[in-house]
Amino acid sequence: MSTEQILSSDGIPLEVSLKKAERRNKIRAVLLVAPLFLFILIIYVFPIGEMLFRSIDDRKISGMLPKTFTAMEKWDAKDLPKEPVYAALYEDLSYLKENKTYGQIIARLNYEKSGFSSLIKKTVRKLNKFEQGNYKEQFIEVHKRWGQMEFMGALKNTAPAWSYAKYLKGVDLKFNQEREIVQVPEDRRIHKILWMRTINVAFWVTIFCFVLAYPIAHLLATLPMKYSNLLMICVLLPFWTSLLVRTSSWMVLLQQQGPINDLIVLLGFAANDNRPELMYNVIGTFVAMTQILLPFMVLPLYSVMKTISPSLMRAGKSLGGTPLISFYKIYFPLTVPGIGAGCLLVFILSIGYYITPALVGGASGSLISNTIAYHMKSSLDWAFASALGAMLLVGVLTIYWIYNKLVGIDNIKLG
Amino acid sequence: MSKNSEFVKFDNVDKSYDGKILVVKGLKLDIAEGEFVTMLGPSGSGKTTCLMMLAGFETPTHGEIYLDGNAISNIPPHKRGIGMVFQNYALFPHMTVYENLAFPLRVRKIPKDEADKKIDKALSMVALQGFEARMPMQLSGGQQQRVAVARSLVFDPQVVLMDEPLGALDKNLRESMQYEIKHIHESIGVTVVYVTHDQTEALTMSNRIAVFNDGKVQQLSSPDELYERPVNSFVAGFIGENNIFDGIVSDISGDTCKVKLNNGTEILANPISVKAKGEKTTVSLRPERALINPKDKMDNNHKGKIEEVIYHGDHTRVRINLLGNDQFILKIPNSTSNLDIKLGNDINVGWNSKDSRALDPK
Repeated sequence: MSTEQILSSDGIPLEVSLKKAERRNKIRAVLLVAPLFLFILIIYVFPIGEMLFRSIDDRKISGMLPKTFTAMEKWDAKDLPKEPVYAALYEDLSYLKENKTYGQIIARLNYEKSGFSSLIKKTVRKLNKFEQGNYKEQFIEVHKRWGQMEFMGALKNTAPAWSYAKYLKGVDLKFNQEREIVQVPEDRRIHKILWMRTINVAFWVTIFCFVLAYPIAHLLATLPMKYSNLLMICVLLPFWTSLLVRTSSWMVLLQQQGPINDLIVLLGFAANDNRPELMYNVIGTFVAMTQILLPFMVLPLYSVMKTISPSLMRAGKSLGGTPLISFYKIYFPLTVPGIGAGCLLVFILSIGYYITPALVGGASGSLISNTIAYHMKSSLDWAFASALGAMLLVGVLTIYWIYNKLVGIDNIKLG
Repeated sequence: MSKNSEFVKFDNVDKSYDGKILVVKGLKLDIAEGEFVTMLGPSGSGKTTCLMMLAGFETPTHGEIYLDGNAISNIPPHKRGIGMVFQNYALFPHMTVYENLAFPLRVRKIPKDEADKKIDKALSMVALQGFEARMPMQLSGGQQQRVAVARSLVFDPQVVLMDEPLGALDKNLRESMQYEIKHIHESIGVTVVYVTHDQTEALTMSNRIAVFNDGKVQQLSSPDELYERPVNSFVAGFIGENNIFDGIVSDISGDTCKVKLNNGTEILANPISVKAKGEKTTVSLRPERALINPKDKMDNNHKGKIEEVIYHGDHTRVRINLLGNDQFILKIPNSTSNLDIKLGNDINVGWNSKDSRALDPK
């Protein structure tokens, strides 16, 4: 009988009248959410999507050398290409020279293989002296690199409109001429080091923050209001100070003639002429990041600890548990949601941290985010920067996924 | 085996939190083995502080507490072997009922099969067998409360402390739990120290009640003694309903005295805490001890005017303006005899002088 339709008193099916009654509320809810949704869509989802899109978008060059790449499709890249490829290249370059846009392909080709810059420039200059037919010989005559497999192979490698070469570069891999994935030469393998260092720093900063924040949060949650408010202000004070100011003040403290070094010398841990370097290396990054990210660990822990009734610990003790056992068996398990939230937050924030490592990190303390900034601002290789950004994002999502598997995301509490 | 009448002993215990105010003043209290003693008092009277000192969560500022003859002030709570039921139950929310009960046994390293037997026995005592695998959140308030009781008893403690354990339950549940706890106490004979501010609860459950006020025990006696023969006006006012007359002792001889009220009338009373003529006093009289138009001769007989009549089902409550006190309450049992109780009527009220107790002035 469960399939029988229930009617409301005026004969309309109950479901229909319920929907009708709820419609106004639903519309109101949608209208309330809409501005925020559009805001996020326009200023967050769209630009980030656009940025990530760049990391695989390689259409520009294939649009500028269309005939060459079409001709290259039949080429197996085992030996030098035949005449039609060079003929097509001549046509494409002539067109680019007419429109004076060949400069744009130089940059792209030079990323692929250095040496293309002078090669293209020289060729374009001499393009009007080319005669009809036998383009291959004429190209090689202008510059011998046109007759080298490395360059022709590199040229072919730029052909696909979509490429994940930037991602390979992000982990120190690349395509060789045969389009096989190989490691870059040993002296250029810097990104793996950066990734490992970033993860290492994020991991230890998370651990340090946890060790420092747990007792603070516990104090905050258990002290009488009078003192806990004061302590809370101390915890929040850094939030009200500019990040830049805080980092700069660490630079003042940590420099070789700074107060901390003075103290170390005073206490006899180091000789005056052999002061330890506390800044422009990974130590500076650790110290400053731990201090700056500490509130993000304290607050979730505090909000969870605040909900734990003090009578639970008392119950544990009255039942015969030593303070240590009571803490370990009762208090600690109940704070796990806060620990999870705090660690996740601090780890994710520190894995993409930028200003602090940039200012106090120096060369040995700079992280992947600094490399991203470098490619955004200095080398202008936005595609590579966004590839690194996307890798960072995937990394964060992976951590989130692992956390969800281990602890369960429902167990998280941010306050 | 003779029972130790000083199983728990508070010996001149003082407690101050801030060094300015004494929350507990010179407390002396002996509790016998197997006894159910309730600490009753208004909030802030120091009763919970006493319980916390006994449990070991607070240290006495002065004095000593003895448990079975041993001073326990320097023993940490987890070594005292005292079970405790908390106001909000304090069940461990991340453990099942079984794990909650197993906790005190595990920390005592009791083998599993023995522990299982104890847990089963404790759960059957509170009629919660079959609930072992539930989490506390899945239980109703009453069930959580019973788990808390079972947990406090499962490790066979010498003393169980209960800190307003029924405070969060609704009225009906509270009443049935009162009987349940009373029966558990009777069946296993453990010493119980119970704290409450609910006098009905205290009267129902206890062997003896210690009425607390202002950091001191005002009276320690059995429930009937406490109700029938309060020793001072605080106890008289705190336990049950109470009619009071303020006045001055005008004559005293043996077991009766005359008290001159503010409006000039003299009444006869039982001198409890007055010694001499001229002392100020507060006379206390239970509402059910005063009768309307008494048939038997009573030595106090006065006329009053009915101000308010409230029907209560089993009895009718009548407020009378009597001898200048317009808050004089009478309780008339619901019986077939029809008294002429109408608003504004003048009636005769009589009582025996031994029921009106002349206590310390308020």
